[in-house]
Amino acid sequence: MEHAHGLHLPNSGHNRDDEASKMGMWLFLFTELLLFGGLFIVYMVYRMLNHEAFLLSSFELNVWLGTINTVVLLVSSMTIAMSITAIQKGNSAQSIRLLMTTVGLSLLFLVIKYFEWSSKIHHGLFPGMDYYNNLPKGEALFFFLYFMMTGLHALHIIIGGILIGVVAYRTKKGEVTSKKYTLTENAGLYWHLVDLIWIYLFPLFYLIH
Amino acid sequence: MTAVSTHLNFFQTKKGIFSWIFSVDHKRIALLYFYSLITFFLVGVTLGLLMRYELLNPGKDLVEAKTYNQIFTMHGVIMIFLFIIPSIPAVFGNFFLPIMLGTDDVSFPRLNLLSWWIYVIGALMALSTLLFGDGPADTGWTFYAPYSVKTGTNVTMSVLAAFVIGFSSILTGLNFIVTIHRLRTPGMTFLKMPLFAWSLYATSWIQLLATPIIGITLLMIVAERVLGVGLFDPSIGGDPILYQHLFWIYSHPAVYIMALPAFGVISEMLPTFSQRTIFGYKAIAFSSLAIAFVGYFIWGHHMFTSGMSGTARFVFSMLTFLVAIPTAIKVFNWVATLYKGSINVQPPLLYTLAFIFQFMIGGFTGLVLGALATDIHLHDTYFVVGHFHYVMFGGTGFAFFGALHYWYPKIWGKMYNIKVANVAFVIFFIGFNMLYFPMLIAGLMGMPRRYYDYLPEFHLPNMISTYGSWVLAVGLILMLSNLVAGLLKKNQNVGRNPWNGITLEWQTLSPPPLENFDRMPEIPLNGPYDFEHKPEIKD
Repeated sequence: MEHAHGLHLPNSGHNRDDEASKMGMWLFLFTELLLFGGLFIVYMVYRMLNHEAFLLSSFELNVWLGTINTVVLLVSSMTIAMSITAIQKGNSAQSIRLLMTTVGLSLLFLVIKYFEWSSKIHHGLFPGMDYYNNLPKGEALFFFLYFMMTGLHALHIIIGGILIGVVAYRTKKGEVTSKKYTLTENAGLYWHLVDLIWIYLFPLFYLIH
Repeated sequence: MTAVSTHLNFFQTKKGIFSWIFSVDHKRIALLYFYSLITFFLVGVTLGLLMRYELLNPGKDLVEAKTYNQIFTMHGVIMIFLFIIPSIPAVFGNFFLPIMLGTDDVSFPRLNLLSWWIYVIGALMALSTLLFGDGPADTGWTFYAPYSVKTGTNVTMSVLAAFVIGFSSILTGLNFIVTIHRLRTPGMTFLKMPLFAWSLYATSWIQLLATPIIGITLLMIVAERVLGVGLFDPSIGGDPILYQHLFWIYSHPAVYIMALPAFGVISEMLPTFSQRTIFGYKAIAFSSLAIAFVGYFIWGHHMFTSGMSGTARFVFSMLTFLVAIPTAIKVFNWVATLYKGSINVQPPLLYTLAFIFQFMIGGFTGLVLGALATDIHLHDTYFVVGHFHYVMFGGTGFAFFGALHYWYPKIWGKMYNIKVANVAFVIFFIGFNMLYFPMLIAGLMGMPRRYYDYLPEFHLPNMISTYGSWVLAVGLILMLSNLVAGLLKKNQNVGRNPWNGITLEWQTLSPPPLENFDRMPEIPLNGPYDFEHKPEIKD
């Protein structure tokens, strides 16, 4: 019966494989880029067709709030990078503090976004509202894309914030350590992507003339 | 992995429905996919037979125009999103990729299970439109705007279903790429991988990099329907051509998601049934990557008549012709593999040969459509319908059933009746060609697609085609019942290697144990099809 026993292979799919986890995260980030990529194409096409209307509508946005949010996200990218360094050096408490700071910054971003969105909605600029329906077509497209792209981005902020919270919790439980911190790294990769997409959204909607 | 299954195969290790639907074993997940896929395939076939019945005679035979539109839309959505796109990767890829690489599972087993669940949820969403809402979509599977924005049928749910199923496809692709990079058995370099793994590798990259585009595009259709935003409907400021671009940016590469895995299984079956190494291993491996790459840049050939600049059309047409090169490289290599082989004619080889024959008809008619001048005449005629059924069904469908006959003894450890399988194949093959070849002729005569009615001069090809659909159905029923009858046999021992194959799955037990191998797999000396140095396989 020597052939009748299951075998434990050195290349088992159930082994711990940090490289595989990171590769999986990178591949996932590619799909995220393409998801937003589709929207960037639509933005580009409609901006070319409605250049004036897009410019006019962009003046409605609050550059100051956008700038503050950009700074908030950049700082949060820094804090999560620091938390990875902390866990690498075995300082779990410091890593958790920095992760929670990142979560706090993500909440701050959402609060600022909330005020921005509600003032637009207050003016009837959300798709489907009466005022929106009477806007010229180019401006309507601008605000649709604004809400869809920043909305999809905000959804990513929420998911990222929850993910980072989970990492902090698991670090506290001792499941993430200086020998096993791929989870923190992957959360960091995801968070940097969310940050990076904002770096493109900000000028496209708020800044360029 | 602490538990070691002793003398049990993967069917026997655990019992009960929950041990299946929550299993993280790639073999069980593959079979979950298989049973779901076959179910949806049979629904799709039934809808197809209904369409053919309606087209038996000019005028109304069975259903109203609108019902006919809903039937062909449902047929397309089911066959494309629920059957052909997942088919070979999700079933045979899931089952055999890890075994052929000499490992015990994919890199992310739980993600694999999640993919199946997402697929099932998406499928239920698509089928729910049959029962709820304002009836299933009547737009065609392409959901072209502005009609998809304006029609009263339940487009929103169908589109969301396609969106959800897309995630399943993305996650499977992601899993396979990482598995191929990380879990090959020691000594198996990329250039010692079986060609099926190569084709899955190319396919997975397309799944990963093309699917998100359709996801976001379909969401925009929903936004347009729900919020009335003028994205694609020109009457409210949108651009319908932009929709077509976005749709085909995914859906043309998706054609290669459907075709490349079929090339992979064909490249496995040919060496086994000619008992010699594949001709041009590297050429076949790299041509898969070439097809995947060039496939991204040719979506415009679906839109030659919808309004593009002459330059764009010229460029898209030329790039389309480029795809013929790597595809032809494969066909020549396959045929050369048979040359001077010791050919063993078994059902899987018959499907392989039919694949090559039919895929060539599909490919050549594709070039006719890729040429600008002829496409103007043939666009939206039955020639297109005949063409893509030759590629998708005559190609990928036949490869799927060939693969099923090939790996059947390995998956279930039993053997079907070979004679009945051969007879079923002949009926299936005749039925297929009777069904689709007349469509090419009707298309050349000018018969437009997507109508429930036609002019009397198209009667003859339509009649032959409908009779062919019945022959095909008989062949399919015979083939499937023969396979089911094989499963009901008791106390069979097909051994490890009934076909005398060389890739690693033939070194393990049939069916494999939970961990796939009972002893360390051995790779042949000079590449995966080195029959001269085939490792000895003892039972």
